[in-house]
Amino acid sequence: MPEKMDKRLKLQMLEMMTSIRAFEEKAEELYTLGKIHGTMHLSIGMEASAVGSVFSLHPEDLILSTHRGHGHCIAKGADLKLMMAELLGKECGYCHGRGGSMHIADIKGGNLGANGVVAGGIPIAVGVGLGLKKEKRDRIVMCFFGDGAANEGAFHEALNMAAIYRLPVVFVCENNQYAMSLPFYKGFAIEKISDRAAAYGMPGVTVDGNDLLDVYATVGQAVELARSGGGPSLVETLTYRWRGHSKSDANRYRTRDEIEAWKKKCPINRFSSHLLNTGIPQAEIDDVCAAASSAIDEAVAYAEACPEPDLEQIERGVYA
Amino acid sequence: MTREITYLEALREALQQEMRRDERVILLGEDIGVYGGAFGVTLGLLQEFGEERVIDTPISELCIAGAAIGAAMVGLRPVGEIMFMDFITLASEQLVNQAAKIHFMFGGETSVPLVIRTPAGSGTGAAAQHSQSLENWFVHTPGIKVVAPTTPYDAKGLLIAAIRDPNPVLFVEHKLLYKTKGQVPEELYEIPLGTAEIKRPGKDLTIIATTIMVKRSIEVAEILAAEGIDVEVIDPRTLKPLDKDTLIQSVIKTGKVLIVHEACKTGGYGGELAGVIAESEAFDYLEAPIVRLAGRDIPIPYNRNLEAHTVPQVEDIIEAARSLAKGRV
Repeated sequence: MPEKMDKRLKLQMLEMMTSIRAFEEKAEELYTLGKIHGTMHLSIGMEASAVGSVFSLHPEDLILSTHRGHGHCIAKGADLKLMMAELLGKECGYCHGRGGSMHIADIKGGNLGANGVVAGGIPIAVGVGLGLKKEKRDRIVMCFFGDGAANEGAFHEALNMAAIYRLPVVFVCENNQYAMSLPFYKGFAIEKISDRAAAYGMPGVTVDGNDLLDVYATVGQAVELARSGGGPSLVETLTYRWRGHSKSDANRYRTRDEIEAWKKKCPINRFSSHLLNTGIPQAEIDDVCAAASSAIDEAVAYAEACPEPDLEQIERGVYA
Repeated sequence: MTREITYLEALREALQQEMRRDERVILLGEDIGVYGGAFGVTLGLLQEFGEERVIDTPISELCIAGAAIGAAMVGLRPVGEIMFMDFITLASEQLVNQAAKIHFMFGGETSVPLVIRTPAGSGTGAAAQHSQSLENWFVHTPGIKVVAPTTPYDAKGLLIAAIRDPNPVLFVEHKLLYKTKGQVPEELYEIPLGTAEIKRPGKDLTIIATTIMVKRSIEVAEILAAEGIDVEVIDPRTLKPLDKDTLIQSVIKTGKVLIVHEACKTGGYGGELAGVIAESEAFDYLEAPIVRLAGRDIPIPYNRNLEAHTVPQVEDIIEAARSLAKGRV
């Protein structure tokens, strides 16, 4: 539990959140410069949800991610160089330039892929859970999705099926308050998405998704339940995306004041303050942040030097 | 050793023998356990392999497909059953956006070796929502293979090949073929995906047909033989990938081609077959325009006569083949 966590782990978690923030700020900059095309969905402001959740896993556990998946991928241990190369559409990227930001996957690292379809990964988690249960190695799968996904039929089918087979799955619903532009209160007639867990016969709990230690502890309980054969859980992390839904978003559906108010609840600043209050010197915190930042610069340099995919290979990989 | 069994028994035997051989093969679907599947294909498999490998699911087609994908990604060889092909609409998101894309979109770093079996076709009086032939939607989706066997021998060998294939495979069965019989070897064997077969050799006219229409076309060939018209009948067996060469060589030989399928004509597989022939060297050998005989562009009606009148019957194929053989369309 939080009080017993060692300092090294806490600093690793801070570094991870800082790294995600720095990666996404850099990606946004490269997009603005025209070096990244298409679109991207940034999770700036939501870092505690990704890091707190993924840090409760063992390295051999698996995750399924979303279109807003940079944070999950980095937290799972992805190589920033290969990620940045993928965003730049390069051959040495994780998906050899075929996927881009929306389809980042780090299969060897246990990230079975971001998903461009809202709720697209939730039914897949059921199958992964079936496979993991059958292999009897105590591995589990964590499936991320957003508040919007909880209104897709896939959510209903998958949570029900995961529950009836008592699969080792942890469903993490990152409620960032908006399904693109639709605010939570207009998309739901209930107060908490986690209340839906009861309908499937699994535990459901809502946590402050900007409180890293709360996410870590709560998701950790769900992970342990899944690992011990207790079946799936639904954890809702309440958070907020500072940026628009995607790069086409003009923020017409929310106010500047609202965004500024959530920026004051920044999960990274909040955790840094916690570390200072527990006696970790500012200098150590600054060192961690500086290291994260320099790693991003190396990733960009690597990605820019990578070759473009060979046009002759355009049909490679349609079939295995 | 071969012996005569039904198409349905051949499918069951393929599943059973492959499950005995490969522990990774699991079945997922609605009522596939004690009930044995809506048509009885999986009858008895629950008793032999248990609930861990023969998984009765809730009525959740999207999640049957999704669960098959996830299981495949972690090393299993899932075979899902969609009770009627019409219900594949409910599973399409997972099949089209996920299964078909994952290998390519993730740069070849993972693959999705799964099979979705589903019965298609009309002729059972089940009307508009239980009678469709929707295979061409998936032919139009890169990343998925589409297999459609006609004989018990092909059903067994192709299903085994589909299970062993490292890609998502849509395996289309025809309800009216389940009770048809044929010689089938007792042992395991594979028919490579992407190999057509000449079901009846002939020199005057080529009929390229799929599923139930292969059976009807062979009947037609025997009838027309009595009139001195020698019909060659080809079954592509795998709609994607298509064995183009076998078709092209046949058309070069006969100079005339009739394409027959049950699915509605507009946007149907016949258009693809016609295009393949027209683009090939066989074009120069054509003595008459390519003819397509296919289902009408209407939903399948309930009334027995209306239903039969919707898709090609033996008489329709005879008429089309005879006209074409005589040089007039």
